[in-house]
Amino acid sequence: MNTSHSFDEQFEFKGRAKSWSLIMIVIGVIGLLAAFFTNGERAFANLLLNGYYMSCVCICGIFFCAVQYVAQAGWSASVLRVPQALAKVLPVAGVILLLVIGAGLFVTHPGLNEEGKSTAIPYLYKLWALKGVTDSHSENYDAIITAKSGYLNIPFFLIRLVIYLGSYTLLGRMLVKYSNNEDELGGMFNYKKSFKVSVLFLVIFGFTVPLFAFDTIMSLEAHWFSTMFGWYNFAALWVSGLSVITLAIILLRKAGYMQWVTEDHLHNLGQLMFGFSIFWTYLWFGQFLLTWYANIPEEAAYFYRRWEPQFKPWFWLNIIVNFLTPLLVLMSRDSKRKTELLKVACIILICGHWLDYWQMIMPGTIGVKGVGEWYSPMILVDFAIFVGAAGFMVWMFGSALSKFKSLVPKKHPLLQESLHHHI
Amino acid sequence: MSKTKYILGLFADPDELMHGIDTLQKNSVPIYDVYTPMPIHGIERKLGIKDSRLGYAAFLFGCLGGTTIFSMAYYMLVHDWPMDIGGKPAFAIPDFVPITFEWTVLFTAFGMTLTFFFATHLFPGRTPRVMDLRATDDRFVIAIDAKGNIPHEDITNLLKEAGAVEVKHNDRKYVSYE
Repeated sequence: MNTSHSFDEQFEFKGRAKSWSLIMIVIGVIGLLAAFFTNGERAFANLLLNGYYMSCVCICGIFFCAVQYVAQAGWSASVLRVPQALAKVLPVAGVILLLVIGAGLFVTHPGLNEEGKSTAIPYLYKLWALKGVTDSHSENYDAIITAKSGYLNIPFFLIRLVIYLGSYTLLGRMLVKYSNNEDELGGMFNYKKSFKVSVLFLVIFGFTVPLFAFDTIMSLEAHWFSTMFGWYNFAALWVSGLSVITLAIILLRKAGYMQWVTEDHLHNLGQLMFGFSIFWTYLWFGQFLLTWYANIPEEAAYFYRRWEPQFKPWFWLNIIVNFLTPLLVLMSRDSKRKTELLKVACIILICGHWLDYWQMIMPGTIGVKGVGEWYSPMILVDFAIFVGAAGFMVWMFGSALSKFKSLVPKKHPLLQESLHHHI
Repeated sequence: MSKTKYILGLFADPDELMHGIDTLQKNSVPIYDVYTPMPIHGIERKLGIKDSRLGYAAFLFGCLGGTTIFSMAYYMLVHDWPMDIGGKPAFAIPDFVPITFEWTVLFTAFGMTLTFFFATHLFPGRTPRVMDLRATDDRFVIAIDAKGNIPHEDITNLLKEAGAVEVKHNDRKYVSYE
C-alpha cells in the first residue's frame, strides 16, 4: 500500500475537461434556443427541470457531508472535497432555479385555461399562478386552488423557496469553511463545529426537502397531491447526487488526482447507490400501488396523464433504467469494485434520474396534447438542454474544486482511517 | 512416528501473527488455518482464501422465496378462489409485489443463516469445536497440519522466531468447551 501521498496537490481545471464542458454548454444553448423558438412552454419546463436537478445535486453534496459528520464516518474523510465542491456550487444553481421560477410565474403567453377559455397563461405553475384563479367572479376561478391558496400563493411560495435554498446554502458554506479552517489549524475544534452544523442541517433538510419537492414539482399539477412525493424526490436526489459524486471521483482518479481513493471507497459509494436505488423504487412503487388500488379520480389523474401514448414508454423506461440497472449491474461485489463498470452505472443513473424528473415535470407543463407520438425530435432537444446543464455543472464544479488548496481535508481527525479503509 | 496432529503457534499480537504468516509462507510451510479473536483486515488475501459463496446461496434462496409465494398467491387468489376486490382483476400483479418482496427477503435471510450455520458447523445446541480455547479470547493462532510437515522442530523454531509466545503440538484436532 502506498501511504505517502502529496496532500498539497491542487486541482487544476483546464485542458480536455474544460473544453468538453464548453462544448456541452454550447449544445445546451443551441437546444434551449431551438426550444424557445418552437415552444416557449417547453423551454421553461426544461429550464425548471435542469435548475431543479442542478440544485438537487448540489444539495446532495451538503447532505452527503452532513451525514458523514453526524455518523462520524471515517471511510469518507478523504473524498469529502468532492461533495464540498458541489456544496459551493449551490448558490449558483439555486439562483438559476429562483430566476427560472420567477420568470415562469410572471411572464405570460396567450393560451387556454382549464375551462378552455383563452387568457394570459404564465409559463410555469399555470394551474395556480393564473391571474384571478382565486376570484369567484373571474373566468379563471378554480375552487380547488382557492381552497389551497392559503399555502399556495405566489409571495409565500417565493419566500419558502428562498428560505429552503438560502438555509441549505448557508449551512453548506459553513461546512466548507470549517473544513478549510481545519486544514489551516488542525485539532478537533472545527470538526466539532462541523458536527453541530451537520445536525442542524439534517433537521432542517429532513423537514423541508419534501416541501421543496411539493412546491417546485408537485404544484405543477396542483389539483393532485401525494404525500409520498417528497420522499420519492428525496430518494431521486440522493441517488443522482451519489452518482455524480462517484463519477466525479472516478474521473478525478483517472486524471491522476486523488490517488489515495481505492476501490474500497468506490465499493462503499456503489453500495450506497445500489441501496438507495432500491429505496427509490420502493417509494415509486408505494406511490403507484396505493394510487392504483384506491383508484380515486383526483389521485389517479397523475398516472392517467403519464399513461397517454406521449408519455407511457418513458414512464416505463424510467422504472426500468432506475431500478433494473442498479439491480442487475451493481448487486454483485465485483462489479462495484470495477471502476469502468461503476462509471457506466453512474452515467446511466444520472441520465435515468433526468428522465425521472422529466416525466414528473413534462405532463404538468407542456401537457398532454392530442394524440402525441411517444417520440418526437423535441425529446432530443430536451436531452440537448440537459447536456448543456451537465456541462455547466462540470464547469462550475471544476472551478469550485480548483479553489481548494488541497484535494483532501488533510487535518481531518479521521483521515488516517479513510486512507487505510479496507472492506 | 510422532503422534502430533496439529502444530499451533500462539501469538499475542495481530502484527506478529501477520509476520508469522509471512515467515511460514517464505519457508513454504502450508498453513491449515488461522484463528483470531477479532477480524483482521487483509488476512484473507494474504492466506489466499477464496471469496465466500454465501452470496450465491442467498440469491438462490431469494429466488426460491419469490417463486414460492408468487405461485401460492396465484393458486389462492386466481385459480382456487378468485374474489372481486375493489373491481380489480383477480390476477392483479401490483398487489402481488409486496408479498413477493417480503418472502424473497424472508427466505434470503433464513437461508443465509442456515447456510452459514451449515458451513461453519454452528448449529444451535451443538458444542462449538475450537483448536485452542484462547483463540476466542486473547491469542492469535496459526494452525499447521503436522502430517507431511516435518521436521516439526523447524516449524516450532520458525514460529518462535516470528514472535509466537507459545507453540503447541496437539494430538487431537479439536479441544471442546465441555
